[in-house]
Amino acid sequence: MNQPRTLSILNGRLIDPANKVDASLDLHILDGKIHALGDAPADFKAEATIDASGQIVCPGLIDLSARLREPGEEHKATIASESMAAARGGITTLCCPPDTSPAIDTPAVVELIRRRAETSGRARILPIGALTKALGGEQLSEMAALQKAGCVALSNGLLPFGSTLIERRAMEYATTFGITTFLHPEEPHLRNQGCAHEGAIASRLGLPGIPEAAETVAVARDLALAEQTSCKIHFRGISAGSAARMIRRAQYDKLPVSADVAAHQLHLTDADIVGFDSNCHVSPPLRTKEDRETLRSAIADGTIGAICSDHQPHEADAKEAPFPSTAPGISALETLLPLTLRLVEEKVLSLPDAIARLTSGPAQILGLPLGRLDIGRSADVCIIDPKRQWQLKAEEMLSCGHNTPFLGWEFSSQVTHTLLEGRLVYQETN
Amino acid sequence: MNAVAQTNNIQLDENGRLRHFLSIEGLSRELLTEILDQAESFAGVAERTVKKVPLLRGKIITNLFFETSTRTRTTFELAAKRLSADVLSLNISASSTSKGETLLDTLRNLEAMHCDMFVVRHADSGAAHFIAQHAAPHISIINAGDGRHAHPTQAMLDMFTIRRHKGDFSQLKVAIVGDIQHSRVARSQIQALNTLGTAEVRLISPRTLLPAHAESLGVQVYHDLQEGIRDVDVVIMLRLQRERMRGALLPSEHEYYQLYGLTEERLQAAKPDAIVMHPGPINRGVEMDSQVADGPRSVILQQVSHGIAVRMAVMSMAMRIQERG
Amino acid sequence: MNTRKEFMTPDAIDGLIKGIADALKARFKERGITDPVMIGIHTGGAWLAERLHQQLAIGEPLGTLDIAFYRDDFTRIGMNPQVRPSHLPFAVDDRHIILVDDVLQTGRTIRAALNEIFDYGRPASVLLATLVERSGRELPIEPDVVGIRPELRPGDHITLTGPEPLGLVISDSKSASRQERE
Repeated sequence: MNQPRTLSILNGRLIDPANKVDASLDLHILDGKIHALGDAPADFKAEATIDASGQIVCPGLIDLSARLREPGEEHKATIASESMAAARGGITTLCCPPDTSPAIDTPAVVELIRRRAETSGRARILPIGALTKALGGEQLSEMAALQKAGCVALSNGLLPFGSTLIERRAMEYATTFGITTFLHPEEPHLRNQGCAHEGAIASRLGLPGIPEAAETVAVARDLALAEQTSCKIHFRGISAGSAARMIRRAQYDKLPVSADVAAHQLHLTDADIVGFDSNCHVSPPLRTKEDRETLRSAIADGTIGAICSDHQPHEADAKEAPFPSTAPGISALETLLPLTLRLVEEKVLSLPDAIARLTSGPAQILGLPLGRLDIGRSADVCIIDPKRQWQLKAEEMLSCGHNTPFLGWEFSSQVTHTLLEGRLVYQETN
Repeated sequence: MNAVAQTNNIQLDENGRLRHFLSIEGLSRELLTEILDQAESFAGVAERTVKKVPLLRGKIITNLFFETSTRTRTTFELAAKRLSADVLSLNISASSTSKGETLLDTLRNLEAMHCDMFVVRHADSGAAHFIAQHAAPHISIINAGDGRHAHPTQAMLDMFTIRRHKGDFSQLKVAIVGDIQHSRVARSQIQALNTLGTAEVRLISPRTLLPAHAESLGVQVYHDLQEGIRDVDVVIMLRLQRERMRGALLPSEHEYYQLYGLTEERLQAAKPDAIVMHPGPINRGVEMDSQVADGPRSVILQQVSHGIAVRMAVMSMAMRIQERG
Repeated sequence: MNTRKEFMTPDAIDGLIKGIADALKARFKERGITDPVMIGIHTGGAWLAERLHQQLAIGEPLGTLDIAFYRDDFTRIGMNPQVRPSHLPFAVDDRHIILVDDVLQTGRTIRAALNEIFDYGRPASVLLATLVERSGRELPIEPDVVGIRPELRPGDHITLTGPEPLGLVISDSKSASRQERE
């Protein structure tokens, strides 16, 4: 496909929360970078234009957690397939967690992912490296090497540390290099092999429960460590309202703490598992309506700075079994933006703020100059038609995984174009 | 229609007749009463010389037990045979799934054998619903116990027993004692008692053996046995499993018996004509002492024979009939 | 169109019942039966049997059968939500049984009743008494004593109503006639 060197996006409503812009502005791209905003410079001739009348033009979305299943679980999905799904969803940057097989604990694995990403060319993939070797929770990984190879953050995936002491050491070592530690807030013993929120509904259904305390105990411990060490930490995926409240207090006290939430936690609750629908089996679990309301407030006031997809594509078998025996996770790239915009419809937050949670918010958490439309920056752009009705159908999904409880949901905004480094990586055909 | 009614309507066919028997939840009082009435008819069959009726002759009923159980499996077999059905009993724990065959594959292979009904017991909550959602349309599913979720035939035979002794549920106080948290029997009993309009349903248990938000199940919670069984008409004792000691849920059977074991003396707190029930098998000296288990107020042995009549009723009602034309 | 009309008055029916009782007494004498037991088939046969049981002064209490579990059409119509249990308060072995039904048409009900009785034991003999015998037999079943053999048009249904007073009704629709009973 011949990509033009110069491109203008005309007549759109430009929303760039990082620069506090929300106006009718044209966008001009030269050699993959943003060249000008507003009127085109005199010497600029666009080889191609996109008419974005009635549409929203914003930075390409940044997803802080998307499992691409490569290397190691290619039967579920691949970097190629999931990059396409991401592009369709307006997502130009994906962060993949370290729990691949092998884990992202050596520069070689980082390099493998980088190369596969380049080959498919549909999305920028930023790996999150492992804090400990093989994610075993005991020995520190070579964090400086991982950072040099391209890891933008480090985590221990979903696995626990051997002890709180090791967790402390890992955080401190990472801070030596200015790397943010992504933490999965879950106390494994309190989780006690549960599969649903420990509440009235799990009690009625006889499903082993995961108490709220499994999350809040971990958050409390990690906040205390952050206070002790002044290490920058990020909570990857909270589910309990109380956890959001604790993080808000910590931020008020100026601790270097951030948090994100998976889009599905802002819409679904434990009431949705009533038919034993395995598509609603997620980890952390769907909690109560009260938790959802508290999470929504935390999104609105910025306590939670980012909404991510927590994308976990699965093959059909993984979900076709009785609820407790199914693998948790939703194939979520294609619903990240629609679910976030639905919050705007439901008046939870404004449109610019919603876009901020998908662009400048994640960028700030990563400490990277992405998710913004400054002159000279990479032209990662997403164009959205806010009046396009569509329904999520399994056969139309680009992800290999069709495991989502949102099948059949009607949405009212759709991505029409996605550009990565000035190249059109997705265009809606209708 | 709320989500619960909708998803449990998988149990009813388009005419509102019973099609699968998966849980008490979602079934009306009328339907539960019909099951009890049908069971009365079938109870008479056991007293005849020929303990069979030809009702389900030519039908094949398969017992699919992923969890071993001799008692429940035998009563289902007996019930099926008394209906003149052919019975296959498969203990899957031993064979296919240990070789990695998925539950769905096991199901498909069995369907190829032209079965009409599966009676299923499985360790996962929701397993019976899962099988009902994936089984071929002509097959009916009876839940013989799924994880901690439901054991509806046990609950119905308990209701049958209570109705035979006490009649009207609306005046009754019923206490369920023991490990509620891990009990599918208790969950189904609570639902049945509430649907049938029981005046009071009480749970008596230490904190560690109660489910979260227990009151939301429609019960009153007690931690003291004496207080809990005061003036009750029915005492249902649940079985205590050894694993509870290992899981740091209880210190010992000894302390459990001291606090929650049913003795003749403690039973005095209940109504003078109160009946004592237990789904079996009993741990004598833990849940109750032999005096109570074998005493005049115990109806435990009757529960067993009632189990056959109730299962005959459920299987006959759920058996798929051919559409006309 | 559902038309129903009374076929016979309660008084006339009582007359038929007396006639059946007399005919049965004659049969007992013929066969040397001294101590029969009686079984009525729900619902109409049981109503009739109550009266016959009294008129014949039968020693044992009346038995009743609900042949629901022995019907041959279960796979097409399924379980009846209102099943009354069968109740035989006497041993069947070596007894002479008077089986009572209201209307004998296809013969399938009697076939089911005989199967059920034989699952209780082995009677010495079975005498069949029916209030109405009409055309439409599908099995080789014949009554020993009959109250009346009306001529009916094809499509007509005749039903015993009751329990007090007893009536015989003819209708041209099966559902209308069934409504009378339930």
